[in-house]
Amino acid sequence: MAKDQTWELRLYIAGQTPKSILALNNITKYCQEHLDGCYTIEVVDLLKNPQLAEGDQIFAIPTLVRKLPVPIRKIIGDLSNKEKVLVGLNIRPVTV
Amino acid sequence: MAKSRKTSFPKTPTGINGLDEITNGGFPKGRPILICGSAGCGKTLFAMQFLVKGITDYNEPGVFMSFEETSEDLTQNVNSLGFDLDKLKSENKLRVDHVRIERSEIEETGEYDLEALFIRLNHAIDSVGAKRVVLDTIESLFGGMDNEAVLRSELRRLFHWLKEKGVTAIITGERGENTLTRQGLEEYISDCVILLDFRVIDQIATRRLRIVKYRGSTHGTNEYPFLIDEDGISVIPVTSLKLDYKSSPEIISTGIPDLDKSFSKGGIYRGGSTLITGTAGTTKTILAAHFAASSCKRKEQVLYFSFEESPDQLTRNIATIGINFKPMIKSGLLHIHASRPSLQGLEMHLLVINKLMESLKPRTVIVDPISSLITIGSSSEVRGMLIRLMDTLKMNRINAIFTSLTHSGISEYNDATVDAVSSLADTWINLTNEQQKGDDRVRSLLIVKSRGMGHHNSKQQFIITNKGLQFIKQKAR
Repeated sequence: MAKDQTWELRLYIAGQTPKSILALNNITKYCQEHLDGCYTIEVVDLLKNPQLAEGDQIFAIPTLVRKLPVPIRKIIGDLSNKEKVLVGLNIRPVTV
Repeated sequence: MAKSRKTSFPKTPTGINGLDEITNGGFPKGRPILICGSAGCGKTLFAMQFLVKGITDYNEPGVFMSFEETSEDLTQNVNSLGFDLDKLKSENKLRVDHVRIERSEIEETGEYDLEALFIRLNHAIDSVGAKRVVLDTIESLFGGMDNEAVLRSELRRLFHWLKEKGVTAIITGERGENTLTRQGLEEYISDCVILLDFRVIDQIATRRLRIVKYRGSTHGTNEYPFLIDEDGISVIPVTSLKLDYKSSPEIISTGIPDLDKSFSKGGIYRGGSTLITGTAGTTKTILAAHFAASSCKRKEQVLYFSFEESPDQLTRNIATIGINFKPMIKSGLLHIHASRPSLQGLEMHLLVINKLMESLKPRTVIVDPISSLITIGSSSEVRGMLIRLMDTLKMNRINAIFTSLTHSGISEYNDATVDAVSSLADTWINLTNEQQKGDDRVRSLLIVKSRGMGHHNSKQQFIITNKGLQFIKQKAR
């Protein structure tokens, strides 16, 4: 993993549901542990901005989208499985 | 429809020709409808026509949520049917939302729901004020996600939500092995289920539609053929399910004075159907030509379907018996439509007939011969088609003349086509050309039946002269 890379993440939620809050807590925790400040997490509440769902092809809530680095990756769910999230976002290579 | 008749719940027009009749007024308003069928049976088109006609004909804006095709592809695909999606979109009456689910870029972990899909749909519906919604094909979700339990409960919630939202929604589903849809959507959407089918029998393809279920409403239960042509989908024919046409007491001439006299009323009823049967060379076409000529004489439009002769050949041949079609064609009274029966399926023939009837408004329709249609369909199909054709003709009080070729050796009473039509025909004339003692052949005509009037009961011999068909005066016995 390149240290100078910026990770641009976007979390789609629909209101402050338990699942969404859990997802936000989880991803924040993982980023703090592994990305060392080189990241942004933008939270999009579709209840407030429904028109944004179409652009990123969101259909499930919560959905985490890795905008950068490309390619785009999506993880749906409350992100409770840390290993899977890190692999999914390619933050940590599968072979460690 | 009579005003006094109660409708159990409000319905909304389907926008598909003929389907409103079969469903007794349309789809259940504000409820989801499941359209299922195998690949290529016309589900997407069906749904699109419901939406587009809803906008153009009934002023009900619509949302098309596509899980398969992109908005651009959809626009192109339906363009050939005269649906201009771009125009409807720019008028803010239509929203197309393509939900793309890319399995490879999605990972699942932990709990989730499909709230975003609801939000998207809700946003689309509200942005155009949609009354009609299409979800095509929502089962694609199952291919994109692992958690089937979540999907199922979310779909159930979605269909409830659509009902609450008050939109009439078409949900399409691919046909499964032993179920109507692969994922058993029929469990969730059970108000109205329509099955589309596309079958090829003897190299001729026919599309069919059947209403599997329509809760709380009467509906036609048959398999109805439908067509996709440049005007979109039509379920044919446009006939009612009832036998309630008006009958005329008016008598018209058959065009042959001798034959008219054989009927106790001096002719046949207007709007009746007449079947002319006989083996090859028994002058069926000549008899039909007499009918045509007499109709033209009354200044009434004739539509003549010729499945064996070209208009030119028919005109030439008929001229030899003193009937000149040329001036009738020229004046527009006679329209001859010639085509090969195998050119298209039965339903296409029926549609062509229906369309020509609509544009020409004939008072007499001649089909010469109907037996050649049997080459392209099973006798039950031909019968079905003919019943529908006769219905349409009767509804419009059009005189119908069908000729039918029977085969020598077989009694005309067991012939397949005759069997199919004879019970429907009001008048049945059988022609024969039999070898008598010596070398002479004797032509004779028998009126087998004539509903609602008396008729001559024995075989009458006749000859064909250059003035047409004439009876031979029989010696009094």
